[in-house]
Amino acid sequence: MRLTAHRRLNSLAVLALPLAWTLLFMIVPYAIMLAYSFFRKQGFTFVPDFNLANYALLIKDPQYREVLQRTLKIALTVSLSAMVLAYPLAYFIAFKISSQRVRLFLYMMVIIPLWVSYLLRAYIWKTILGSEGVLNSFLVWTGVISEPTPLLLYNQFSMVLTLTYIFVPFMFMPIYTALEKIPRSLIEASWDLGVDPLRTFLKVTLPLSVPGLLAGFTFTFCLSFGDFIAPFLVGGPTGTLVANVVQSQFGIAFNWPLGAAISMVILLIVITIISISDRFERAGRIDMG
Amino acid sequence: MASEGIFSTREVAGVALRRKRRSDASTLALGAVAVLVLSFLYLPVIVLIVFSFNDNSVMTLPLNGFTLDWYRKLFANDEMLRAIRNSFYVATFATVLTTLIGVPAAFALDRSDFPGKAIFRRIVLLPLTLPGIITGISMLQMFHLLGFNLSLQTVIMGHGTALIAIVLTQVYARLQRFNRRWEEASSDLGGRPWQTFLLITLPNIRSALVGSALLAFTLSFDEIPVTFFLTGRENTLPMYIYSTLRRGFTPEINAIATIIVVASLGVILVSIRLLRNTDAPGGR
Repeated sequence: MRLTAHRRLNSLAVLALPLAWTLLFMIVPYAIMLAYSFFRKQGFTFVPDFNLANYALLIKDPQYREVLQRTLKIALTVSLSAMVLAYPLAYFIAFKISSQRVRLFLYMMVIIPLWVSYLLRAYIWKTILGSEGVLNSFLVWTGVISEPTPLLLYNQFSMVLTLTYIFVPFMFMPIYTALEKIPRSLIEASWDLGVDPLRTFLKVTLPLSVPGLLAGFTFTFCLSFGDFIAPFLVGGPTGTLVANVVQSQFGIAFNWPLGAAISMVILLIVITIISISDRFERAGRIDMG
Repeated sequence: MASEGIFSTREVAGVALRRKRRSDASTLALGAVAVLVLSFLYLPVIVLIVFSFNDNSVMTLPLNGFTLDWYRKLFANDEMLRAIRNSFYVATFATVLTTLIGVPAAFALDRSDFPGKAIFRRIVLLPLTLPGIITGISMLQMFHLLGFNLSLQTVIMGHGTALIAIVLTQVYARLQRFNRRWEEASSDLGGRPWQTFLLITLPNIRSALVGSALLAFTLSFDEIPVTFFLTGRENTLPMYIYSTLRRGFTPEINAIATIIVVASLGVILVSIRLLRNTDAPGGR
């Protein structure tokens, strides 16, 4: 009896700080943000209003609806592009490299860019794609085009490219982990049964790598959805994303309640996506037996 | 065996050969894609490094000539040096804070059951996928309401909160692999709980601990979205770079970028060593 009581006390002590911190610096701030989203801007202060005016504005005003749709579209495009690039790379490293040392080396090669400043990885593309940039001057120098083109930068293409560049390693990591876990015997069994490699891939390998794809998708989608740095650097006027709008509501536009409402929408979208991918992943696990 | 059954030896060999040829072709194609994607990841970084030594204030090809001017200017830039000092200050304390919270949280999730555990896990892991801007502005609103002035200390609290999940996941993963019998053996042999913790548990999670602390340090050093909303008058290095980018491009940025790349490589090599090591015998 005393021992279990002692143990319970111990685990409570271990838990106290994390629990208090989470409560004070996550749950309370989210609650305050939720409260603020029902406030109203009045002159230079915010007063409680307790209605859904801010949310209604987000739905009614085509300006905000457009930004939200654009952000969803771009986050989706980025996630799919990163997937298309990361999957074959992960597959190649997991299945075609037999030496474990080389596999580890290549794995590190792919994820090392994650450690190199996020800001710089976005900024690089500004300097590459700009009209005074590396790519333009290269094309002029080699005579492919006669004068620099401004078409490469400050549009949705440059933003998708930049965000894809940033998130390929994020996408790669969970996919690789999932592929590496697949027992080779399952694939060999499929071959031995006369199933050709393509169908083996579609029927065995691909389904078993779904958890990795889901995790990678969740990361990439949510994080690119809430990014304001890449749009600031390479997005241009048509490339404003939802996080830029939040940023300006807490800056120049100075409408915290509206900014809080948009943030609540972002929070909700992120939580929804995590929950969906969690459910799918769990279903996948049961399928595997 | 198959050769004695329905298929002749030659047929089986033929199928095997065709399969081998086809798999050679697919390996080649996959290899080509892998090379392309890796070049996509590395060419921009190489461009950045090369241009930090180029004697021209715009980034155009062909290259002009070799110079160390940008590095010289960098080290004469007091504002930037101050930002670097601030970043070290913030990253150090954010790492300490996040470790102090993340490690007990990992233990709690690994070892004890308590009401609301599933929700606690959900919330504490949220910053892994939650864009930093949400952490930043939600804390900004709280500090504002409490009448806190924004400073590097509020940035530290923000980073601490955003990075707990990093330390938590790494340490938790190691604890899951850790064989609890080692602890039982220790207490059976008369070890007190704190002795068991210091001599058995800690050495087994040490590398995950140090590795994840290093990771938290680099992420904090690099952080913008949370810092953007929680800093007062002082700037961290990435915030300083961010504000100079607003004004326009200078090749000094390439120089500092090159230094960051090289320094991060150093940290990565150390943390890989640490995260992969199972440095004590009870590791598996």
